[in-house]
Amino acid sequence: MATAKFRQRSSYINHSILFFMALTIILPLLVLIFNSVKPVEEFGSNPLGFPSEIRLMNYYDAWVNGNYTQIFFNSMTLVVGTLILNLTVSGLAAFSLAALNPRGIQTVVVGLYLLVGISIPAQLYILPLFLMWKSLYLLDTRIGLIIIYSALNAPFATFLIRSYMLQLPTELFEAAKLDGASTMQLFTRVALPLSWPVFLTTALIVSLNVWNEFLFAITFIITDDYKPISSILFAFQSRFANDYGLVSAASILMAAPIAILFMFFQRRFIAGLTSGATKG
Amino acid sequence: MPKFLTNINAISWYFLMPVLFIHFFVIAFPSILSLLLCLTDWNGFGKINYVGLENFEELFRDRIFKKAVYHNFIWTIMFLTIPVIVALIIAYLLTGIKRGQLFYRLVYFFPYILASIVNCLIWRYIFHPKHGLGGWFENQGIDFLSKSPFAMKETALYAVAWVDMWHFWGFLVIIYLTGMYQVDESLYEAADIEGATKFQKFRYITIPMIRPIFILSLIIIIIWSVPTFDYVYILTMGGPAYSSEVVANHLYSQAFQRMNVGYASTIGVMMFFYVGIIVGFFALLRRLGWEV
Repeated sequence: MATAKFRQRSSYINHSILFFMALTIILPLLVLIFNSVKPVEEFGSNPLGFPSEIRLMNYYDAWVNGNYTQIFFNSMTLVVGTLILNLTVSGLAAFSLAALNPRGIQTVVVGLYLLVGISIPAQLYILPLFLMWKSLYLLDTRIGLIIIYSALNAPFATFLIRSYMLQLPTELFEAAKLDGASTMQLFTRVALPLSWPVFLTTALIVSLNVWNEFLFAITFIITDDYKPISSILFAFQSRFANDYGLVSAASILMAAPIAILFMFFQRRFIAGLTSGATKG
Repeated sequence: MPKFLTNINAISWYFLMPVLFIHFFVIAFPSILSLLLCLTDWNGFGKINYVGLENFEELFRDRIFKKAVYHNFIWTIMFLTIPVIVALIIAYLLTGIKRGQLFYRLVYFFPYILASIVNCLIWRYIFHPKHGLGGWFENQGIDFLSKSPFAMKETALYAVAWVDMWHFWGFLVIIYLTGMYQVDESLYEAADIEGATKFQKFRYITIPMIRPIFILSLIIIIIWSVPTFDYVYILTMGGPAYSSEVVANHLYSQAFQRMNVGYASTIGVMMFFYVGIIVGFFALLRRLGWEV
């Protein structure tokens, strides 16, 4: 009896600690949501609370003044372009490393090469890359940024897809080969249809990385009309410095697509983002 | 078809070519350029002069660079302690509950998927002296946070780190939780029979059993805190008076505001060597059989 009671009390303490930590995350997010529908006049008297009147005009202002139709299109272009390029090259490489020659020298060499690539800080190569892009007329273009994002995400995508393809039964490939399938057909007809779950996970993480990316976005896109949402929002915070309603609404417009995707695919997001650390 | 094209070894290389090409083009080749440019005084336009190790000598005299290195050091120490301790405790508490666990996991992880710029805007508002917490306290007649912590020399670096940690610690919770669920349940049962307390079980079973994941998380933190840039750049630009300047920021302003290509490359090379030493050190430890 005594221990049961003690257990119960300690579980209350546990729950209250967990709940308190959850509040430290939920409350700041709530403040952002409240601000996005708060009239400008109310910020002085009511900085943190629920607004007395809900003003959705902030969203309209952010969309129109911020030219969000164009910006969403820019960011979506970057995401879709990167997904196409990145998943193609990473899928091919993962297939080669997992199914064609898993015990070959390639796995060691390429694996090591990509691992070294991951640990290089972006600051080492960003300036020469900038000058290269300038001379190749790729600077200030969306395709230039798509190529960069595809390369940045390639090691992660290759490793993740490979680890999944390694679990596919080799008999399937053998059987298809006996039926006269070419190597490319092994990839498109056998490996791809069977490993769509890992492609979905990879696609989600790559989209997240591209959508949120900041350093390369502010460096490689100079013209306002091509800027993705992260660098526009950065410009907003000085342009509309005191219009918190508008800036908050613009932030929420940026976070909403990611938040919605996260609600639908929580497990994939969490598994994908922590895969590097938990598989070691 | 000629024989070398059907050879499985050759074909497997063809499949690897696209990723190797794009990766070399974007990352490896410019990195090599940087390693060469750090020996020059190039400014992006004129003639390229070889100056040997002059940039490195200048770097070691650079007061701001030294300050930035020190700030990066503090940054790493902060991230190695505060989020790690909080995440360990929270993950351990989470293993003890069933109801609501999924909810807590999602909430803690959520800031990790938000863009740095969004997180920064949230906290810039909350720490705003006239609005946010400062304004709220002022309305209650209390003089607290009446200056933005981002704008004061003493607190700028810690305030920025706070925002980044707020965004990051949930990631660690999930990693530690994964490790803790891999621990054999029978160990805890045996400890229960021996009458071990909760803390003893945490100290003598959980911690040793999740050691590989734990050490890996520390390596990740050390490596990730070297190129830290977004939060400092967005919130303070390294100011006021360089009080929150970090190495990546110093490099960025040398590179893109002053176009000191040679000098900026030198800073990049230093960062690369540092990360290389850390990675090499842990690889060596693993090779020597010290289980990390």
